[in-house]
Amino acid sequence: MADYPTKLADLPKEERSVSSGHRLCTGCAAGTIARLVGKAVPDKPLMWVNATCCMEVATTIYPFAAWHVPWIHCAFENAAATASGVRSGLDMLMKKGRIPQRDIEVIAIGGDGGTYDIGIQAISGAIERGHDFVYICYDNEAYMNTGIQRSGATMHAAWTTTSPAGEAIPGKQEFKKPLLRIVAAHGLEYCATASCSYPLDFVRKVKRAVDVKGPAFVHIIQPCLRGWRFGTEMSFQVARLAVESRFFPLYEVYWGHKFVLNYPNPILTKVDVEDYLKLQGRLRHLFKPERKQEILDVIQAHVDKEWDKLLELAEFSERSATY
Amino acid sequence: MAKAKVLGMMGDFAVAEAAKLCNPDVIAAYPITPQTIIVERLAEFVADGELDCDYICVESEHSAMSACFGASAAGARVYTATASQGLALMIEIVYITASARFPVVMTIANRALSGPINIHCDHSDAMLARDSGWIQLFAEDCQEAYDSTIQAFRIAEDKQVSLPVINCLDGFVLSHSIEPVEILEPTEEETLDGFLPIRDPLYKLDVDAPIAQGLLALPEFYMEIKRGQQEAHLRSLDVIKEVIQDFGDRWGRYWPVVEPYQMDDAEVAVVTIGSSTGTGRAAVDELRAEGKKVGLVKLRCFRPFPVKDIQAALKNAGAVGVCDRAVSFGSTGPAYADTAGAMVGRSGPLIKNFIIGLGGKDITIDTFRAMYDNLYADLAKGEVEEPVEWIGIRGE
Amino acid sequence: MTIQDEYRKKGWKDLPPGGIVDRPATARDYKTGTWRAFRPIRNKDKKICQNPEACLVCWILCPDAAIIRVEPNELEIDLDYCKGCGVCALECPLKAIEMEQE
Repeated sequence: MADYPTKLADLPKEERSVSSGHRLCTGCAAGTIARLVGKAVPDKPLMWVNATCCMEVATTIYPFAAWHVPWIHCAFENAAATASGVRSGLDMLMKKGRIPQRDIEVIAIGGDGGTYDIGIQAISGAIERGHDFVYICYDNEAYMNTGIQRSGATMHAAWTTTSPAGEAIPGKQEFKKPLLRIVAAHGLEYCATASCSYPLDFVRKVKRAVDVKGPAFVHIIQPCLRGWRFGTEMSFQVARLAVESRFFPLYEVYWGHKFVLNYPNPILTKVDVEDYLKLQGRLRHLFKPERKQEILDVIQAHVDKEWDKLLELAEFSERSATY
Repeated sequence: MAKAKVLGMMGDFAVAEAAKLCNPDVIAAYPITPQTIIVERLAEFVADGELDCDYICVESEHSAMSACFGASAAGARVYTATASQGLALMIEIVYITASARFPVVMTIANRALSGPINIHCDHSDAMLARDSGWIQLFAEDCQEAYDSTIQAFRIAEDKQVSLPVINCLDGFVLSHSIEPVEILEPTEEETLDGFLPIRDPLYKLDVDAPIAQGLLALPEFYMEIKRGQQEAHLRSLDVIKEVIQDFGDRWGRYWPVVEPYQMDDAEVAVVTIGSSTGTGRAAVDELRAEGKKVGLVKLRCFRPFPVKDIQAALKNAGAVGVCDRAVSFGSTGPAYADTAGAMVGRSGPLIKNFIIGLGGKDITIDTFRAMYDNLYADLAKGEVEEPVEWIGIRGE
Repeated sequence: MTIQDEYRKKGWKDLPPGGIVDRPATARDYKTGTWRAFRPIRNKDKKICQNPEACLVCWILCPDAAIIRVEPNELEIDLDYCKGCGVCALECPLKAIEMEQE
């Protein structure tokens, strides 16, 4: 088993993926996520396949490209399929001796729109086919690149421009799609959730995913300061509370059925989901002009139910881990 | 390289044989009638170890083209095939692949677009990709479909071109028709490499020399980039002609971008694309035997559109009808629009448009007779009354 | 000369093919520090970070890679790129970074 960094000082000093000079919003954690992916794999050359998304647009405004690695963008919904082709091309050229044998890692990355919604077919296909690549979904819970429209990832009750918080309908009515369980159902060797506020955990997961021979998937929550309506300094604070409140627990799934919970520790006192929600302007209508207790209760109940489900899966995995 | 034995084979088989000969590194494809036999056959070659290629069974045509895009970016030789709705689904990436200047060879077994859903031949699918930036060649028969496939890799991967190529063969009429096809047989000493060297990419994803491809280009740069794409495409015509010449010099078959048939003294002529050309030649022979001076111009290379060759071929005719197996609704057939555009501002023939053979409607010698009669009538009047006419349909 | 200056001088015939940028990290020519309204100041008052390598939270979280690890065991803020978001100040466990209006 590979060694994983245990402290931040273990990570490489140099930037290996995204460079300074990108034009993501001030304080956007997508920049951090891209940096961490590069730092997670210090010993392997990367090829970066980007879906259309904030990260793509903001890092490559011609002729400024903020990438130290070979970087390619094709379209919105097809990063996984494009990565399939890159992987296949590289492997065949190496097999035929036309390019040097290298342990190149292909990283595909997309936002929640490109992953949950328009891109899920291509992702499902690529995972089913078993290409050796890592797909990373950075989830900011809406179509932020086009200006905050609801996606399958948007949480219940959230305001977006296409799920406005009106008198008749107070924000998005549906619940967040259980993406990782959908991915895990493919039975791939490794998939995991992560948070930009837990950099070493994310780095370990990316490294673990890279070490898999075959497809692996990491789903990382990335609160969007513009879309969620909070200050430029708060991305990591919000993402931390997403985990601590059990709204976005961090866990891993091995071979599609062995669930391992990482954070938060179930023994710790439960943080109310309200502590997480009240930082976010997109949910202000739950608190002002008057408190909407019934909606808050629905959200808390949903979080509790999903958490219980996850604990059950993790406990079952532990009990049945006799093989 | 040895040529050749002659085998009876369907167009789809011939294309698969040719693609195999070209030794692609990656094939990413999704089945669709009437192309399916091509990718089934290639899957057999890979399964039997006759072709060393990564065959990606994608979950859609959209992903097929996306994977082709990615593999070509990595520097591989890439092949795919599709038709009709499959092309419609992948069209977004078809455009992007051309704009990235990634060579990919794609066969289209031409089939009508839905709806109504129809599996038979017309060119509406290929015309969907007309403006995509792909080079487009159309085959008249199975031999040409075979030869075109081999030529297409050389054209696509030529560094001056570095563009994807669509090879069209008419669905069922060619894809499922058995014809004698002379295939090339490489030997130990003589491989195909002399004609088709290993791909040397214009640029590629390389961990030792990172580039970025697929950036956001704003108004300050977008139009300059597109102008460069247009130039590469226009200039590819010279390379296409060189490749045709080289292929012909080696193996004796020349397939010109524009081929006049009995045009020297033709009073009236039609322009044809694809398999209907053969029927047209037979019609010309019959009418010539009856003393009528009719001719035909076969348009093999539709993109880039060979303006000068078309001008030269048509300049002496009295009246010309351009046959389109597709229509741009609310306007004319696409080949007519290009041909008429090529002739604008020159003294030349009357030009009109015939819409024929949509959705597999038969194109027979009588169809051509009707068109030639129609052209003679216009020629007699000295003007074109109806610029677009649908031929061979009930109630017209 | 930035790559933008260089490419602006080129006509369409001279731009690289396929809309590529033919070298890595050209965005470093684009100085996002000009966006900044607030400037991070380290170790201004009594709250001093003496052993950055033991922590590095500000370094790792900076979305713009604008905090640089320099030998020996020191950090520098790269004001060419720092957009002034304030993540480093908020996340610093020692509160050794303050944001000051430019």
